[in-house]
Amino acid sequence: MFTAMLGEAWHAMGANRMRTFLTMLGMMIGVGAVVMMMAIGEGAQQSIKKSISSMGSNLFIVLSGPPNTAGARSATGNALSLNVKDADAIAELDGIAAVAPVTMGSAQVIYAGNNWNTAVIGTMPSYMEIRDWVIDNGYVFSNSDIRSATRVALIGKTTADNLFGDDTDPVGKTIRIKQSPFIIVGVLNPKGQSLDGRDQDDTIIVPLTTAQRKLFGNQLPGTVRMILVQAESDKAMPQAEEDINSLLRQRHNIREGSDSDFSVRNLTAIANTAAETTRTMALLLGAIASISLLVGGIGIMNIMLVSVTERTREIGIRMAIGARERDILLQFLLEAFVISIVGCVIGILIGVGGAMLVKNFAGTDTVVTTESITLAFAVAASVGIFFGFYPARKAARLNPIEALRYQ
Amino acid sequence: MSNVIEVRHLYKNYQTAAGAFPVLKDVNLIVERGDYVAIMGPSGSGKSTFMNILGCLDRPTAGEYLLDGHQVSLLGGNALAQLRNKTIGFVFQGFNLLARSTLLDNVALPLVYSGVDKRTRHEKAEQVLTKVGLGGYLNSRPNQISGGQQQRVAIARALINDPRLILADEPTGNLDSKTSEEIMQLFDGLNSEGISIVLVTHEHDIAEHAKRQVRFLDGKIVHDSYAQPAVMEVN
Repeated sequence: MFTAMLGEAWHAMGANRMRTFLTMLGMMIGVGAVVMMMAIGEGAQQSIKKSISSMGSNLFIVLSGPPNTAGARSATGNALSLNVKDADAIAELDGIAAVAPVTMGSAQVIYAGNNWNTAVIGTMPSYMEIRDWVIDNGYVFSNSDIRSATRVALIGKTTADNLFGDDTDPVGKTIRIKQSPFIIVGVLNPKGQSLDGRDQDDTIIVPLTTAQRKLFGNQLPGTVRMILVQAESDKAMPQAEEDINSLLRQRHNIREGSDSDFSVRNLTAIANTAAETTRTMALLLGAIASISLLVGGIGIMNIMLVSVTERTREIGIRMAIGARERDILLQFLLEAFVISIVGCVIGILIGVGGAMLVKNFAGTDTVVTTESITLAFAVAASVGIFFGFYPARKAARLNPIEALRYQ
Repeated sequence: MSNVIEVRHLYKNYQTAAGAFPVLKDVNLIVERGDYVAIMGPSGSGKSTFMNILGCLDRPTAGEYLLDGHQVSLLGGNALAQLRNKTIGFVFQGFNLLARSTLLDNVALPLVYSGVDKRTRHEKAEQVLTKVGLGGYLNSRPNQISGGQQQRVAIARALINDPRLILADEPTGNLDSKTSEEIMQLFDGLNSEGISIVLVTHEHDIAEHAKRQVRFLDGKIVHDSYAQPAVMEVN
């Protein structure tokens, strides 16, 4: 019985090929759009997640200079208010896992005939743990390098490629940073883009003391540009932020009511906001695409209504020879269902193909998940049944006598 | 239980803007098994409405209708559909075949609604098509054959579930007299096999094939007899 009905549905669709195709087209476009938009949204989310995990977890950044809230302050940019002792004091606080004071600047780097301008970071070995950064080749400088301010350097992938090309292993080579010779002791594992789009691999990391004395020597001795702080856990972060604030205000002798000469930023919170934004964007894309699915469904309903009217006489005949109401209902419902399912399958193919095109030609990451395909399939099937139901019921409730008389 | 149709004090009103309009007024008719009845009467005399009620397509306003022993007024939609499917075979003036389907599928269609499997459906359809003389056209479509042949297909479709009763509404109305005669001979043969037949017709030579003539006028049966010439005289 059911297979006979399925055959009839197939038959009816074949009888009006162009119309069936156009109806399906609405479904194809709807499903294709949903699958593709979800792939784009998912791709964006995954690349954000990658950036976040490349940043390190539970991070604060303490910057010198007043927070950029009010109007102009005198000489904020150059007043380096933080120093290594501040960092040591923060490390003593409860709930703090690691601390790394950082000074940085851009510098011209030379190796043989090549030169390259890159960001030079002066910091402690703890920086590597906080940032979750590993060495591909070589080793990280140690605390004794900090004490003796040795001229050693870790080099990022991008900088290495530009100075050495593909063939040379940078480890053991001597480069010149601002005319001072440095020996490369390690190559950093690539991290890719940061949240704000910077290439994190375009960098050189040297011991903090070396940077302070040999590279950025005109600054106040012992001062750093910022301190990177890692809390022990997500839960410890609010308390840690408060503690860092009060500790530094106390150390810097700042009176009640006056502005701090530093600012604490919760990087993880910023990252989470970014992730949340992307998620919202992905949802929005999906929602907009769903509208076209809805329109496709309305198209099915429209055509089914036309079909019911056209086949009124046929329905009358079927009723006269013994079709029950539900036989007629099932027949038209099945027809709507088959149209939407076939349209859906083709739509999924279009969506997956479109996602691949976007990836190859627009360079945006797209990820087609099985969830998105399952979802599109389920939605399309329900749309077919939902929008097919009204016309099918209309057919089933026809008066057989009037239907037989219909010309 | 030898009566296929028992109709007692049947009334049918149509609701119109001007109020209830009576179409059938106190109609009584008993059709025994194997009977062959021709219903005649002018347009608007209520014979079509009566046929619709006999065919379980319409319900009477009042009165009793027993079809093959079933009290039709007590049955729901699905049970009526089953009666139409198994007990009654319909033949229409306009043939009413499905244009897109082959003759085999057209004839087999009632069996789809009786839940018969595909192989049996096709075997049985082939059998009845052969019986009406169209065994060679199984896979043709209705528009490829003549009107007379189409009516044969419709009769084959009516026969496929071995009905007790065939209801034919002007079965020769669209056919020329020679073809009409052939179709009527087919009905005569079916009747001699024991199938009860009720047909509506305008033509006397068609009505003469039946054993019994019933005449409607203004919603009432005004003539009911097994003698044929009486009808001729009235007109």
